Amino acid sequence: MFDTLTLAALPAEGEAIRPAIRAIAEQAIANASADVRARSWSGFDRDFSRLLGRSGFLGLTLPKCYGGAELGPFARFVVVEELLSAGAPVAAHWIADRQSAPLILNYGSEAQREYYIPRICRGELVFCIGMSEPGSGSDLASVRTRAERTAAGWRVNGQKIWTTNAAHGDYMIALLRTSGSAGDRHAGLSQLIIDLKAPGVTVRPITDLTGDAHFAEVFFEDVELPADALIGEEGEGWKQVTAELAFERSGPERIYSSVVLLDAWIAHLRDARRDDPATCALVGDFTARLGTLRAMSIACTARLALGESPVVEASLVKDLGTRFEQELPTRIGDDLASHPDEGVDAELYRTLLYVTHIAPSFSLRGGTREILRGIIARGMGLR
Amino acid sequence: MSEFLEPFERMLENVSTPAAVRAIERGGSPDAMWQAFAESGFLDALVPEERGGAGLALADVQPLWMALGRHAVPLPVGETMIARALLDGAPDGPVALAVAAPGQSVVVPFGLVAAYMLIESDCALHMVEASGALTGVVASLAARMTCNDLPSPHSTAPTSGLRPIAAILRAALIAGASGRVTEMTAAYANERVQFGKPIGRQQALQQQMAIMAEEMVAARIASQLGCAGGFPPSLVAAATAKAIASRAAARVAATAHAVHGAIGISEEHDLQLFTRRLHEWRLADGSESYWNGLLGRERLVSDARSVDFVRAHLQPEAATG
Ligand SMILES: Cc1cc2nc3c(=O)[nH]c(=O)nc-3n(C[C@H](O)[C@H](O)[C@H](O)COP(=O)(O)OP(=O)(O)OC[C@H]3O[C@@H](n4cnc5c(N)ncnc54)[C@H](O)[C@@H]3O)c2cc1C
Repeated sequence: MFDTLTLAALPAEGEAIRPAIRAIAEQAIANASADVRARSWSGFDRDFSRLLGRSGFLGLTLPKCYGGAELGPFARFVVVEELLSAGAPVAAHWIADRQSAPLILNYGSEAQREYYIPRICRGELVFCIGMSEPGSGSDLASVRTRAERTAAGWRVNGQKIWTTNAAHGDYMIALLRTSGSAGDRHAGLSQLIIDLKAPGVTVRPITDLTGDAHFAEVFFEDVELPADALIGEEGEGWKQVTAELAFERSGPERIYSSVVLLDAWIAHLRDARRDDPATCALVGDFTARLGTLRAMSIACTARLALGESPVVEASLVKDLGTRFEQELPTRIGDDLASHPDEGVDAELYRTLLYVTHIAPSFSLRGGTREILRGIIARGMGLR
Repeated sequence: MSEFLEPFERMLENVSTPAAVRAIERGGSPDAMWQAFAESGFLDALVPEERGGAGLALADVQPLWMALGRHAVPLPVGETMIARALLDGAPDGPVALAVAAPGQSVVVPFGLVAAYMLIESDCALHMVEASGALTGVVASLAARMTCNDLPSPHSTAPTSGLRPIAAILRAALIAGASGRVTEMTAAYANERVQFGKPIGRQQALQQQMAIMAEEMVAARIASQLGCAGGFPPSLVAAATAKAIASRAAARVAATAHAVHGAIGISEEHDLQLFTRRLHEWRLADGSESYWNGLLGRERLVSDARSVDFVRAHLQPEAATG
């Protein structure tokens, strides 16, 4: 069962890129404290993303004619791994590079490819994903926000929510109902590109429990879009979104969300010269799981490299990975607080509490744990 | 790789049937089954070519070990492969592996059906005729052996000892048995009807079985990591393989039994052939906490970042990918 998910080596093509991306990542984080680095995913820095673009680290898997590097998923794996394990700020290019550009490449018109992809590869465009709505979270097919045909193109009315980067983004790729009603489920959904500066778009940032505001509510009031805002075929939105989510779920980002905290804690143990059996067993548990999850993620990448869309396998790795990411702050917190006489410096304490508070999001973003397990169960022939 | 696996699988289908496994567990003679392995040539898979073996790498043998677990093979086949690889002139017959200090009493997996035991004691390897008492655990093929009056050593032990090698074998057996148990459980959930529909249609069970599949795949990949390096394996590779597989063994067995309900714990159902082994192999050659402890100690002496540490120690050769 799931036999195709098997150990794969990172080929030289991937490893070759590591020294260069490491040098850039190290420079970016040189003066950042651990709690800032722990924000990696949501660290928003357009200058850094442009630097990555100029240096050739964006659009790694995209064709050269659109400004990409034509390198394949392993090179991208290494770049993502280096950025996240250093804790570099990746938010300003993350979604565009990972999801929007491949989506436009696969389903977009030639004009859309030529316009958007080179700019994404240069790190100039911030995209956001408008899937969720107040009434449509896990039940994504129930989206109600509508795009109606007009003489000139489309008119959009409705609301999106939890849209990461909407407050400082350039474009949204939105999943909208273009025909039928919410009762029609998968039919009648389409994906459209919305310029977030278009009249009628209102963005209201949502502050989260850590005090950050990386996602937002977005309101559409008679927003007029040109005819070529549509990506792919009208009514094919559900199929396109499913493929897009395989990209979102398969990468190493689903293992490394807490890795800055892990390293900060290990540095603390070394400083405190603590290596009793219980401590070693905990360090070893994290290490064995990290190594295995990394191998599983590379195994997923190998399926992508063969041109497959490993939807079930990616769900499996993501669920196991987010459980690991979430256990780290819980167990590291228990470890540190069970040594009250040891002393924890302010930076490690802030990092621990930041990761602890944000950890619930790890198994929400990109599809909840229960939904992923449903996908795995279907893959096991149970549904 | 599958060029070896296919004939091996076919042989296992024929010789290690549930009925044959049960017969040996009830005290029947293992000789006929052993004969099939001896004649197959697979016992020399890890022996270097210049000594007349097949000279296979650990990574090539890992699927064979998993197959042993998948078929609940009641003989120390993987152990014998290891013993033959380690020793020039190993005797014919099934060999079990043990690590024991003088005077210590230990449980030796497959000790009751082995002809010999390869024992690591005081950093040396001793080959002795198999002996030992029943453990008292029903249907178990393990023997309880006290390590006294060993003959002069056959050779020195590998620097890291016998335990890491034995551990990666156990991890592979666990991975194979976990795969089998997961498939049995999914199939059963699709057949068994309660409340008017197959129990596999119940979301609560689907969620449990999804986790089971995750643990099973993790055990398989960890076992592959354990076998990806050279022979004998590094401590980090062995620790990762056995820690992850042992953790999975207990969880996979628990979910399998939960889904099967009462029939699963009955002797007549085949599930128990596999879950009893999962628990025995989890304990054999170090549990998850034992290996996590060693791995953590190794990790703490390195000031590398965690990702760099696992990258450096758990990287399959690019050529084999
Ligand atoms: C940090 C973060 C960033 C995000 N960024 C984006 C973004 O950029 N764009 C975007 O579109 N969305 C984004 N999301 C939204 C995310 O995709 C949703 O939160 C997620 O899909 C769950 O939807 P919900 O929050 O409405 O929860 P609900 O769907 O209301 O679910 C609540 C709980 O019920 C469970 N549940 C629901 N239905 C079932 C069922 N059938 N069976 C079993 N359990 C069920 C869920 O698993 C969950 O535990 C983001 C979320 C987070 C936390």
